[in-house]
Amino acid sequence: MKIKSTLSLLLAGILGAGTANAGGELNFYNWGNYTNPELLEKFTQETGITVNLDGYDSNETLLAKIKAGGHGYDLAVPSDYMVQIMKEEGLIVPAGVNQMPNFKYVQADHVDVYFDKGREYGAPWQWGTTGISLNTKYYDGPKANSWALVFDPPEVLKGKINMVSEMGDVINAGLFYLGLPTCNGNKEDLKKLNGLLTDAKEDWASIDYGVIEKLTSEDVYASHNWNGASMRARLQNPEIRYVMPKEGLIAWADNVVLLKDARNVEEAKTFLNFIMHPENAAMISNFARYANAIEGSDEYMDPEMSKAPEIIGYEGAGTPQFVPPCPQDVTAMYTKIWNNLLK
Amino acid sequence: MAEIGQSPLRASTPIGIGAKAAIAAEKRELKTRWLLVSPAMVIIGLAGVLPLSIILFYSFMSPGPYAGVSFEPTLRAWVFLILEEDLFEETLGLNYAHISIFSRSIGLALGTTVLTLIVGFPTAYFIATRPLRQRNFWLFMISLPFWSNLLVRTFAIMMFIREQGFVNHVLLYLGVIDKPLSIMFTPTAVWIGLVYAYLPLMVMPLYASMEKLDFRLIEAAYDLYASRWKVLQKVIIPLVKPGIVAGSILVFIPSIGAYVTPKLLGGGKSLMLGNLISNQFGTSRDWPLGSALALFLMAMVMIALIVYVRNESGKSAHG
Repeated sequence: MKIKSTLSLLLAGILGAGTANAGGELNFYNWGNYTNPELLEKFTQETGITVNLDGYDSNETLLAKIKAGGHGYDLAVPSDYMVQIMKEEGLIVPAGVNQMPNFKYVQADHVDVYFDKGREYGAPWQWGTTGISLNTKYYDGPKANSWALVFDPPEVLKGKINMVSEMGDVINAGLFYLGLPTCNGNKEDLKKLNGLLTDAKEDWASIDYGVIEKLTSEDVYASHNWNGASMRARLQNPEIRYVMPKEGLIAWADNVVLLKDARNVEEAKTFLNFIMHPENAAMISNFARYANAIEGSDEYMDPEMSKAPEIIGYEGAGTPQFVPPCPQDVTAMYTKIWNNLLK
Repeated sequence: MAEIGQSPLRASTPIGIGAKAAIAAEKRELKTRWLLVSPAMVIIGLAGVLPLSIILFYSFMSPGPYAGVSFEPTLRAWVFLILEEDLFEETLGLNYAHISIFSRSIGLALGTTVLTLIVGFPTAYFIATRPLRQRNFWLFMISLPFWSNLLVRTFAIMMFIREQGFVNHVLLYLGVIDKPLSIMFTPTAVWIGLVYAYLPLMVMPLYASMEKLDFRLIEAAYDLYASRWKVLQKVIIPLVKPGIVAGSILVFIPSIGAYVTPKLLGGGKSLMLGNLISNQFGTSRDWPLGSALALFLMAMVMIALIVYVRNESGKSAHG
């Protein structure tokens, strides 16, 4: 009897301790090396909710993992076109982002986005462009403002080029270089693109997500890269310049969305509201070095962000443009070309 | 069923009480053995057989539009193992990409096995010929890398061989080379990684059989005027052969399915089977093909093992 009561007391103690501590939990699935750890600390301090962070390296990986099920994540950060795909696939649910108190801080031109009109699903995380990081110590010649850097590289860059492991980014870069329309289902055009990519692959060292480290260690001298990652590389090595190729380049916007099989829905919504506050949005940008879509976050940002050529561009830079998801049959062709390239 | 069938026979045969007790004891023991083995059986069933059946099932389905499978039976995945549809026309042709990945995987795995054997053999011999007390120290040194994760060790190799890494700095300083070697993201890098990762798996079984080696036989061979080479060829190698075979299998199997090493050191460009399979479940969104590839890899390993087991059992029957 005595033992029993002691046991139940102990049990009650454990359970009690558990509930007293329970600010809840949140499982956050974001791109690798993209989340400011201080942001998560601040969130836990304010709300008592602990955040478990896990990372991926491409929108395709994200889609595959979520589609497979049993992942246990509550929130993920797909790019624009992937939000649309995940919506169509029924993998995400409306989180009522536009009803949240901090929604008023979202910049007007980031509210009615094509992939999520009025922002029912996703809170803006960061947005940017996909261009090229070039180590000017090794090359700064006539091709330095063109996709030719990676598709028809000068001798010194051959074998010293990395491409990001993101299908859409690589294929669209190729289309820009060839001067062909994006979302292109024309077989003749795609044959040209396929030829371009397979030939160029001979000159590439790798196709991998870990870009910053490859640039700063000089494993590669040039890399297909996102502007914020390029700025982070530049802060470690001033000779790395972000190139926005004159032929044009991709703009993208990443969004935090609520997954359909999320178990911590309330915690997730708290987080969505949290990141739309200017102070917190600034923390996100200060870490990953991309622009965010939150009004008033500028005053909390590092001063160098407002002067960064990676963000504000430069004279002669190409024009960034968003590319909506292509029709199913075009995506299927892209996937074939991409697979063929990776082999 | 068998027990019931046998019991009348037993009843009709006059047997002593002692024998009956012995049979009962044997039965009890059998029961205990089954009980003891059942947790392992359950785990193998749940974590091995069941998922494998799902994979087998998936390999006969069609891929879903964005990953997953749609439940329309087809042989497509198995056909695409070696054939492929032309990128732009609807014609089938040999899948050179797959064939080159298969041969690259087999080649790298065989090469790794041979290299680990060449490096591991003298190492194991060295350890086996040390005094007993020192042997433990050397074995400890061999097993030390296993204390950390393969991923961490692979990153360490990257630091070592990259253009601004240790190897290049030393060679440049010594004047052996005048510009840094580009080893990263080449098959050579993958090779270095694989040999490094699996060397202990070769040394351990080699050591185990060399430890049992009767060194008097080597002395005897020298006394009979055998050359060093002959001693190695006719005495040592035949005696440690079980170790060589076991080590080769232990190295070959994980290296043919290696994933982390080719991904990090090969730069995601020269794929091996493991990467090809993982791509099917990731960016390529073709689960049925991934399943078929995984089963194909398993079949290759199984065949290698069966050939080995048959050879060995055949030998012991002769011996």
